[in-house]
Amino acid sequence: MDFQDRFFRSLFLGASALSALVTVAVLCFMVLLCLPVLKLDFIRHVLTAPWSPGQGQFGILPMMAGTICIAFLSLVISFPISLGCSFFIEILKPKGKGNLLKKLVQFMTAIPTVIYGFVGVFLLVPFIREIFAYGSGMCILSASLMLGLLISPTLILFFSQSFSRVPQSYLNAVDALGGTTWQKLYHVILPHAWKGMLTGIVLAFGRAMGDTLIALMISGNAVVMPSSLLDSARTLTAHIALIFAADFDSMEFKILFISGIVLYMMTSLGILFTRGLDRKGPA
Amino acid sequence: MTKSFPDRLLSLFSWICAMFLISSVSIILGFLILKGYKAVNLELIFSDVRPLDALLLRQRVFGGLLPAMTGTVFLIVLSMALAVPLGLASGIFLSEYASSKIKWIFSLTFDILSGIPSIVVGLFGFSITVFLHHYFNERIFPCLLISALSLSFLVLPYIIRTTQISLESLPLSLRLTAPALGATKRQNIFFVLLPSSLSGIISGIVLAMGRCAEDTAVIMLTGAVATAGIPKSIFSGFEALPFYIYYMAAEYSHPSELRKAYGAALLLLIICSALFIFSYWIKNTLKTKHFTGHNSL
Repeated sequence: MDFQDRFFRSLFLGASALSALVTVAVLCFMVLLCLPVLKLDFIRHVLTAPWSPGQGQFGILPMMAGTICIAFLSLVISFPISLGCSFFIEILKPKGKGNLLKKLVQFMTAIPTVIYGFVGVFLLVPFIREIFAYGSGMCILSASLMLGLLISPTLILFFSQSFSRVPQSYLNAVDALGGTTWQKLYHVILPHAWKGMLTGIVLAFGRAMGDTLIALMISGNAVVMPSSLLDSARTLTAHIALIFAADFDSMEFKILFISGIVLYMMTSLGILFTRGLDRKGPA
Repeated sequence: MTKSFPDRLLSLFSWICAMFLISSVSIILGFLILKGYKAVNLELIFSDVRPLDALLLRQRVFGGLLPAMTGTVFLIVLSMALAVPLGLASGIFLSEYASSKIKWIFSLTFDILSGIPSIVVGLFGFSITVFLHHYFNERIFPCLLISALSLSFLVLPYIIRTTQISLESLPLSLRLTAPALGATKRQNIFFVLLPSSLSGIISGIVLAMGRCAEDTAVIMLTGAVATAGIPKSIFSGFEALPFYIYYMAAEYSHPSELRKAYGAALLLLIICSALFIFSYWIKNTLKTKHFTGHNSL
């Protein structure tokens, strides 16, 4: 290796290290800024108490519950539809239409989230309000429906990718034995593809938890423990966006970073989980 | 051939799901187009100022979308200027230099980075601002530069990943030709591997531009404001299209403002779709050229 080669190697290594440092720095900065209050008692308080800053209660439990509820419900809504769509794309493949649907799904990834939120406010929310004749229409259900649409490309693309990775020879074997499409799906494709599908589900859940705009715009943002689908709720992400305390030393300000840390941890755990899936043998 | 009952059920289910998805997307797009197409014209962007005067900064635009659009363009350009060199270099390292163990660790960190919710990245940018404000200079506030920096963190993993994948998917024959002729590793990377994988890399960058254009959560914490005019410097607050849409959806006070918000939403959708289609086009047209034709260095 001559000097130039070594120079470029260290340059590229430095760049990678710097990029990796960003990941660590995001967490470190948040921890640093709420370090004074990071004590075990206080963390317990934050994770279990309700939110009423006036009375000195800074619990983010309602927001965590809101996040989980909305993300989970959006997954429940999106899962069957995404499953059907990926069957359509990879298994049914009706004369070129499968590819067309795939292109549409890829296009969906380019639609800005603020657009989903905007259409949600002016189309879905009034619709929900009319149908259920309850409240303002800004509720968990509305947010989950829109969010379900937002995460469906992630699910569909992961599902169809894992379906397409099943070796063609296996599929031919089922055909040769006279198996039906259903048998092929149930006995060959799903047992092969479930790991990839699970990865997609975990990542889609992470996306649903991490999305800000849809929940912020159409879930109503009330700080209460969610009790029904038609109740308003606030997610952690919306909480960060809404509480914009200018006062550096205020408790609300510190809570922002704790909410951030919680979100960071939850999504990172998801990623680590998918990595674990990947490592244990080929999918 | 008659189909068995489960097969017919499966087929019915798939068709229903596909139709459901297609109609949901059509309803969203159709609603936006129907409500917004009347608002999309020169007046939406330039208000009552003559376009040429506005572009040459001879006259300030009030009430038009020009400030928001320039803000978005500045954001894209700045964050790309920050993210592309870093992302390219990291991608090259991962694909060409890293041992499998180092590669595993690095790509895990980049995966985590890409999984971090954008609002948390925004919070990070905001905390940097607070930190600098308190410990370095009282005059540092959330601004265009901080927003662009945060956005570049957001898209960094995408650029690294697409660079790495485009390089790794090059055929072995191409990879070995130059070293066989006596080229060094650096020469091989810069004169053979990078030019050959350019289509994939550029299409990834264009997709990342789309992310910069659409992201709202990051910029709302790091300096986007409702009215700022055309940004004067990278240290000032700015307007941006997605933030404008979010703000107007909550705060509009007059039907005419709402109409403008529809126009802005449609405009943003057009910009993002155009970037998406452009990236798709680059990927497909340039790629075939590289492998069927000869590589021009």
